[in-house]
Amino acid sequence: MTITHYLILSLLLFSIGVAGVLLRRNTIIVLMSLELIFNSVNISLAAFSYFLQSLNGTVFVIFNITVAAAEVAIGLAIVVSVYRSRKTVNVEELDEMRY
Amino acid sequence: MEGFPILSAIILAPLIAVVILLFVQERMIALIRTIAVVSTSISLILSFYLLFAYDKALGGYQFIEKIEWVKSLGISYHLGVDGISVAMLVLTSIVIFTGVFVSWVGIKHRIKEHYIFLLLLVAGVFGVFASLDMLFFFLFYELAVIPMYPLIGIWGSANREYATMKLTLYLSLGALFALLGLLSIYFTSGAQTGVYTFDMLAISQLSFDSGYQIKVFLPLLIGFGVLVPLAPFHSWSPIGHAAAPSAVSMLHAGVLMKLGAYGIIRAMWLVPEGAQFWMPWVAGFALINIFYGGMVAMGRKDMKFMIGYSSSSHMGYVLLGLATVNYIGVNGAVLLMFAHGIMTALAFSLIGFVYDQAHTRMMYDFSGLAKKLPFVAVAFAIMAFASSGLPGLANFVAELMVFIGAFKEYPIHAIVAVFGIIVTATYMLRSIRDVFFREPQDKWDHLKDATTFVERLPFVILIIVLMVVGFYPSILVDLINTGVVPLVDKVNASTLG
Amino acid sequence: MNIWALLILPLASAVIITLLTRKNKDLSSYISIGAVVACFAIVAPYILKMFGDPHMHPEEQAFIWLDIPGLMVEIGTLIDPLSIVMLTVVTFVGSLIHIYSRGYMHGEEGFSRFFACLSLFIFAMIGIVISNNFIMTFIFWELVGLASYLLIGYYYQKPSAADAAKKAFIVNRVGDFGFVLGIIVIFYATGTVNFAEVARHIAAGEVSNGTLGLASLLIFCGAVGKSAQFPLHVWLPDAMEGPTPVSALIHAATMVAAGVYMLARTGFLFAAAPAGAMEVIAYTGGITALMAALLAFGQTDIKRIIAYSTLSSLGYMVMAVGVGGTNAGMFYLMTHAFFKALLFLGAGSVIHACHTNDIWEMGKLYPKLKITAVTFILGSLAMMGIFPFSGFWSKDEVLTSAFTSGHTLLFIMGVFTAFLTAVFMTKLLIVTFFGEKRYHGHPHESPSLMTIPLIILSIFAVIAGVVGIPGVEPSFGDFMPSFGEGHGEHHFNYFVAVTSTIAVFIGIFVGWLIYSKKAIDNKQLAANWSGLYAALVNRFYIDHFYDTVLVKGIYNQIARISNYIEVYIIINFIINGSAYLTRQTGKALRLTISGQLQHYALAMVGGVLVIMMMYVIL
Repeated sequence: MTITHYLILSLLLFSIGVAGVLLRRNTIIVLMSLELIFNSVNISLAAFSYFLQSLNGTVFVIFNITVAAAEVAIGLAIVVSVYRSRKTVNVEELDEMRY
Repeated sequence: MEGFPILSAIILAPLIAVVILLFVQERMIALIRTIAVVSTSISLILSFYLLFAYDKALGGYQFIEKIEWVKSLGISYHLGVDGISVAMLVLTSIVIFTGVFVSWVGIKHRIKEHYIFLLLLVAGVFGVFASLDMLFFFLFYELAVIPMYPLIGIWGSANREYATMKLTLYLSLGALFALLGLLSIYFTSGAQTGVYTFDMLAISQLSFDSGYQIKVFLPLLIGFGVLVPLAPFHSWSPIGHAAAPSAVSMLHAGVLMKLGAYGIIRAMWLVPEGAQFWMPWVAGFALINIFYGGMVAMGRKDMKFMIGYSSSSHMGYVLLGLATVNYIGVNGAVLLMFAHGIMTALAFSLIGFVYDQAHTRMMYDFSGLAKKLPFVAVAFAIMAFASSGLPGLANFVAELMVFIGAFKEYPIHAIVAVFGIIVTATYMLRSIRDVFFREPQDKWDHLKDATTFVERLPFVILIIVLMVVGFYPSILVDLINTGVVPLVDKVNASTLG
Repeated sequence: MNIWALLILPLASAVIITLLTRKNKDLSSYISIGAVVACFAIVAPYILKMFGDPHMHPEEQAFIWLDIPGLMVEIGTLIDPLSIVMLTVVTFVGSLIHIYSRGYMHGEEGFSRFFACLSLFIFAMIGIVISNNFIMTFIFWELVGLASYLLIGYYYQKPSAADAAKKAFIVNRVGDFGFVLGIIVIFYATGTVNFAEVARHIAAGEVSNGTLGLASLLIFCGAVGKSAQFPLHVWLPDAMEGPTPVSALIHAATMVAAGVYMLARTGFLFAAAPAGAMEVIAYTGGITALMAALLAFGQTDIKRIIAYSTLSSLGYMVMAVGVGGTNAGMFYLMTHAFFKALLFLGAGSVIHACHTNDIWEMGKLYPKLKITAVTFILGSLAMMGIFPFSGFWSKDEVLTSAFTSGHTLLFIMGVFTAFLTAVFMTKLLIVTFFGEKRYHGHPHESPSLMTIPLIILSIFAVIAGVVGIPGVEPSFGDFMPSFGEGHGEHHFNYFVAVTSTIAVFIGIFVGWLIYSKKAIDNKQLAANWSGLYAALVNRFYIDHFYDTVLVKGIYNQIARISNYIEVYIIINFIINGSAYLTRQTGKALRLTISGQLQHYALAMVGGVLVIMMMYVIL
C-alpha cells in the first residue's frame, strides 16, 4: 500500500462528490456529496500524515470533521427551513437570487 | 498673534461648528443659524487678518504650521500660504459667510443637516487652499467635493438626482486623475532622493526629468481641469449649479471651480516643465471654454444655466491667463478667480432669491421685475455688468490683465477672448431686459423685494467687495503678485530642452 | 481747487442720491445740479488761464492704480487747452441741461434715479476728458457707456426703451473690441499707456509704421462705436428712447463727441500713422455725414430727425480729424455742443407742450411757444451754418480742411451734406412751428426753469464761433496743439465759404418750396421715388441687415448650434451615452447570474480544470 492508493481513493471520492454536487437536484443529496468531498480531503490528509510521520495532517482532519459537523448542522437547518417555506428542496427551483 | 495657528483656526472653525451642531436639536433653528454665522465670521475675520498681516515684502510661504502625522510615509499636517492662497482664502470666507445668510433665507427644511454639510464643505475648501502637503491637499479636496452630493440631492431643485450623480461621478473621476498624478510625484521624488515625502515645499525644490514632468502634468491637468471645468469636461457644472440650492451654487461656482484652477497653479509649481509643455494646449481649450461656453449661455433660457455656462466661459479666461505664464496674465487669472467667485456668488444668490418666490427661472416667464424688486434689479444689474467686464467692478481689471498678458503669448487667442466680452454682454444684458425691464406683469405682484437686513446683507457685502476691488485693485493685486512672481519665474526658468 | 474734485463731486452726488436722498426728489436734484455747477466753477479759472496763455504747459497729476512687473497703470489728470475746452463744454452745457431737467422731468417717477444717473454720467465724462492714459480713458469710456445705458433705459418698462438701451451698449462694445486691442497693441509697441510717454516713443520713431497704422485703426474702432460712425451708427437714433435732456447731454453734446475728443487727444498717434489709415477715418466720417443727412428725411419723430443731424455732424467732425484738421474737428465739436444741445432742449420743450414726438402732429406752434421757437430757430440757423452764427465758422473750418488737404470728393460730400441739412432743418422748422395747425390740446410755453437754459444756449449758439474767426486772438487753433502736432493756423478760404453758403441757401429755398410754398408736393415726391423713400424710412435697411443677418442669421444660429452640440452631442451622446453603455454592459453581464447554484459550482470546477490544464501545459 503506497500513498498513491490512498490518493486515488481520495480522488475517486472527490470526483463522485463533485459530480454529485453538480448533477443531483435534491439539496440533501448535494449536501451529502459535499460531505464526500470533505472526506476525500480528510483521507488524503490522514494518508499524508501517516506517510510523512507528522501530526499536522491528523490535527487538520480533526478540525475538518468538527467544522463539517457544524456545517452540516447549519446546512440541514437551512434545508429544513427552505422546505417549510417552499415545499421543495430541488435546487433548480431555488433560484431566488437570479438577476 | 505670534504663534497662534491662524490657518488651523480658519479650517477648524467650521469643523468645530459641525461637531457642535451635531449635538443641537433640530428645532432650535435660531441657535443653529447663530452657530453657522459665528463660525464663518471667525474664518472671515481671520482670513482678512491674513490679508493685512501677510508680509508682502517678504513674500513666499508664511504662517507655516507643521505637525508630523505619519512619519514613515512622509505625511505631515503642513499648512502655509502665499499671496495666491491668501486671496483664495479671503474669497472663500466671503462666499461662505454670505452663503450662510442666503441659506438662512432660502432653506426651509432640514436646516441643521444643511449647515453641517455646508460647513464641512467649506472646511475642505479652506484646507485645500492652506495645505502644503500633497496628501492633505487631496484629503481636503475630497472633503470639499463629497458634501456636494447630499447638498444637491436633498435640498436641490428640479432634476437634482441626475445632477448630483453626474457631479459626484465627474468630480470623483477628476480626483482620481489628480491622485494618480500626486502619487506619481510622491514615488518619483522619493526614488530620486531616497526620502519619501508628500511635502510640496520639499518637492518643489527638486527638479525632475523633463520627459517625466510632461507625463505627470497631464493627469494633474485633467484631474483639476475637470473641476475648473475645462472643456469638454464641463457639462457637470451648469446642471450642478442649476439643481443646487442657492448657497451651494454660490460655493460651487464661487469657490469649488477655483479649486481646480488653484490645483493647476500648484501643479505648475511642482512640475514647471510639464506646465510649459502643456500650456499652449490649455490656451487652446480655454478658448473653447470662452467662446463655446459663451455661445451656449447665449442660447439658454434658464437663468441658472445661463450663469452656469457663463462661469465656464469665464473660467476659460482664467485658464488663458494661467497659460500665458507671464506676470500680467497670471496675475490677471488669479484676480479673475477672485472676482469671478464673488460675481457668480452674487448671481446665484440673486437668482435663488427670485426662484424661491417665483418657482421658475425661465427668462421668458418674467418681465418688468425692476418695478416690483428694485433692490434685486440693481444688484442683478451690477452683477451682469461685472460679468461683462465693466470698469469699476473687479472683473474688468482682471480680464484686462488677462487680455494684455495673453496678447503677448497668443495674439489670436487674445482677439477671440476680447470678442468673448461682447458675447458676455449680449446675454447678460438680454437677461436684464427680459427679466427686469419691459412691462410688469400682474402674476408677479406677489414677489417681495429684499428688504430685511438678513436678506440684503449677502448682496450688499458681495457688491461692496466687487466695487472695492474694482476701484482699487492694488489691494489684492499687490498681494497676489507676491505669489505669482516666483511661480512664473520658476516655470519660465525651466526651458524645455 | 484740487482737480480731483472734478471727479469726486459728481461721483459723490451719484452715490449720495442713490443711497440716501432717493426719497427726497427736490434734494436729489439740487445735489446733482450743485455737483455739476461746482465742477464748472472749478473749470472756470482754467478757462481764464487758457485765454491768458494759450500755450500753457500741460499739468499732469497721477497716482499709481495698478502696479505689477511689466504693467503699471495710473489714474491721472492731464489739464491742457484741449481738455479745458472739452471740460468747459461738458460742465457748462451739463449744468444748463441739469437745470433744464429739473423742469422737464418734473413729476416723473424715477426723478432721483434720473439725477443719480446724470451725475454718474458727468463723473465718467469728466474722467474721459481729464484722463492722461489710454487705460483710464477706456475705464471712463465704458462708464459713460453704462450711464448712457441706464439713461436710455430710463423708461425701462417700455420694451422699445429696454431694447434701445441694450442695443446702444452692445454696439458700443463692438467698437470697444477694437479699442481694447488697439490699447494692447500700443502698450506692447511702446511699453506704456501714458499719452505723453506714448507720444514721446512715437516721436522718437520707435514704432513701426505698420504697427502705428494698425493701432490707430483699432483705436478708431472705439470712436466709431462711441461717436456712432458708419457702420456702428445704428444705436444713436434708437437712443432717443431716453428722456430728451439725456439726448441733449449725452447723445448730442458730450458723450458721442467723446470719440472725436479721443481722436484729438491721441492725435499724436494719428499724425504719425500712415496716410491710408487716415483716409479710412476721413471717409468713414464723410460717409456717415452724408448718409445720416439723407436718412433724416425718412423720419417724422422730431428727436430722431435731430439725432440724424447729430450723426451727420459727428461724421463732419471725424472727417475733419481724418483729413488732418484736428482743431477744426474740435472747434466743430464745441459749437455743435451748444447748438445741438439747444435743438434737443428746444425739441424737449415742444414735446413737453404737445405730448407727441411726431412733427406732423405739431404745426403752427410759433404763436404758442415763442421763446422755444425763437431759440430753436437760432439753433437751426447755427446748425445749417449761416453767417455769422457759430456753425458757419466751424463748418467752414471743417470744409476748408477737407478742401485744402486735397480731398475734393470729401469736400463735395460735405457741401452736399450741408445742402441736405439745410433742406431738412427748414422742413423741421416749417412743419413744427409754422404752416397749418395740426396739434391737439392746448400747448403752452414751458416754465422758466426750461426756457432760461434755452436762452443761454442760444446766445452761445450764436456767438461761440467768435474764437474761430480769423484774426481774433487768441484763436481756437492756438488751444489745440498739444504733444507738439501742428495744425495751429486758421485757414479761411473764400471759395469754400461762398460755396457752402450758396449750398445752404439753395437748401433753405428747396425746403421752403416743398414744405411752405408747396410748389413741390412732397407726397408726390415720395411716390415718385418710392424705392428711395422706402430705403430712407427703413434706414437703408442697415438695422434690418444687422438684425436679420448678423444677429438672427449668424449670431443666434451659432448659439443654437452650440446648444445643439452641448445638449445632443456632449450631454446626450457622449456623457449619457457612456452612462447608458455602462448600464447595458451591467445588464448583459447580469444574465450570467442564473440563480442556479449548480451553474456556479460548474463554473468553479470548470475554472479549476482550466487552471490545472494551464499548469500542465505550460
